[in-house]
Amino acid sequence: MANKKPKLAVFKMSSCDGCQLSLLDAEDELLDVLGGVELAYFPEASSKMLKGPYDIGLVEGSITTPRNVEEIRQIRKDCKILITIGACATAGGIQALRNWKDTQEFTKIVYASPEYISTLDRSLPVNAFVHVDFELRGCPINKYQLIEVLNAFLNSRKPNIPAYSVCIDCKLKGNVCVMTAHNIQCMGPVTQTGCNALCPSYNRGCFGCYGPMDSANTAALAKQFKEMGSTKFDIMTAFRSFNAYAEAFRKESEANEK
Amino acid sequence: MKTIDKSNLDKIIGILKKDGYTVIGPIVKDGAIVYDEIESINDLPAGWGDEQEAGSYRLVKRNDESLFGYVVGPQSWKKFLFPQRMKLWEAGRDGRGFTIKHSDEPVPKYAFLGVRSCELKAIFIQDKVFNNDLYTDSYYNNVRNNIFIISVNCTQAASTCFCVSMKSGPKAKDGFDISLTEVIGKDGHYFVLDESTEKGKELTAKLDAEIATDEQVKAADTRVASAELGMKRSMNTAGIKELLYHNHDHPNWAEIATRCLSCANCTLVCPTCFCHTMEDTTDLTGDHTERWRRWDSCFSLDYSKVAGGNFRTSPKARYRQWMTHKLASWIDQFGTSGCVGCGRCISWCPVGIDITKEVEKIRNSPKTKS
Repeated sequence: MANKKPKLAVFKMSSCDGCQLSLLDAEDELLDVLGGVELAYFPEASSKMLKGPYDIGLVEGSITTPRNVEEIRQIRKDCKILITIGACATAGGIQALRNWKDTQEFTKIVYASPEYISTLDRSLPVNAFVHVDFELRGCPINKYQLIEVLNAFLNSRKPNIPAYSVCIDCKLKGNVCVMTAHNIQCMGPVTQTGCNALCPSYNRGCFGCYGPMDSANTAALAKQFKEMGSTKFDIMTAFRSFNAYAEAFRKESEANEK
Repeated sequence: MKTIDKSNLDKIIGILKKDGYTVIGPIVKDGAIVYDEIESINDLPAGWGDEQEAGSYRLVKRNDESLFGYVVGPQSWKKFLFPQRMKLWEAGRDGRGFTIKHSDEPVPKYAFLGVRSCELKAIFIQDKVFNNDLYTDSYYNNVRNNIFIISVNCTQAASTCFCVSMKSGPKAKDGFDISLTEVIGKDGHYFVLDESTEKGKELTAKLDAEIATDEQVKAADTRVASAELGMKRSMNTAGIKELLYHNHDHPNWAEIATRCLSCANCTLVCPTCFCHTMEDTTDLTGDHTERWRRWDSCFSLDYSKVAGGNFRTSPKARYRQWMTHKLASWIDQFGTSGCVGCGRCISWCPVGIDITKEVEKIRNSPKTKS
């Protein structure tokens, strides 16, 4: 380990590429990261693509096609540690909105020759197919959290990635609660932190980009939204966004669908 | 008793600053009164008040220019004595061993302006937490020993206040260097001043203070009394320890859990809650490591995670833990209740759970064990 740097690979399933680009976006820390690992496979960054096995694999994107399924099974075999990054890989992403619709119908409407389209009925997270060692949430992920996860794995320690609510970060920052002081619908009380309470810091309600927190009581928050004047449709759409298919959010959006 | 006018209040801030204090006071920020560094009385929330209900806080314009016409906001003074995040020590690899370096940052010297009676009580309670026979927190005590405290008595109560029933207000009785009561009346805008310590007397001697007339003292007392009389909420603390100890299995805990978000807001706005966690960080090379202390909450799931599992997995267990500790086992642990009746946990709970009502539900239910 001291002489040989661990091999890092970055893979992409169905996604927008934003999460893997967070690694390149970490400009100040990038050289230090590359000092600690060998970038063995990262097509978005380098044409040098080494074959596996890899020590750490980062996977972005959800599983939406039969090809994705084959790829992710191979990736799991190739990687000692598999870390999924972003809402697509950890919850199915925004494209999981199709899970409530007929995919065949979409392909018929969108594509001139739908017979060429090979797709699954649902967009699912990576952990629905293979074992995942660590899930890093967010749409997109926070680059500092990504570096923290890599840092923790490189140093054989626990990553400092809390699973509690956005509220805790709001209070640590000294933010005034937008829900209680301004009657703004905020997903913070049921959402896992990770963005350092970005939206509430600018007097906006949390959108839930990091998915459900460790013990999300979505029904209680939905009831409060209703008392604050939200319709069932408002509540349904609040829970059905980037992390629509994460179980706690999925159930709450379904409870408010009709 | 003496009186000072607004310009002398400004003078107090100036003298304290000259004496090397960082003066902290109430300011308006993002629609609430919060505590932050102030330069002069111009930073104080002149003409602002607050209206509070369970799950709701609104800053409202008053019809006078009162500087302390609000009750309490979401923050308390604990963030200065027990900071949200603090580096405890760092270590560097040193050949085959390592060297530990303790933080050498200077200890801040704070003057707190506008400490409410309930908040003073909260500081006394945290004194017992951070400085007792078993443990002494050096940072807390270093800051605490240097504080200059100017308390300001409440002249009104928010609907969420219940300090009278917790015997912690509305009038500050001790623990301050100077105490003020703001009066706006026919005879002008002034503060009735009481000094308690030598530090307080020394400072007052530098002011153009006048001896308070009987009318002025009476005017101040009447205002404080109106806060007391206007207090609608109360907590019945009779036998509260036994009540909570004997009712661990009460059905109300599960009912609260249907409403509780486990978001931890109540614990973070509470001026006495002190739960925290440790975070160890490394740099990418692993040659440098740091240990940080960060506020945590008994409502976060990881807080009760230990080797082998988690002993409070359900939100029901976590709410029960918080309330039972705050109101009952705190008494066994520190010789005092952990609640001062400031009402923050009621106002800032996003779904408006009211600790006083939850106690009553457990007290008055046919399922209650005595």
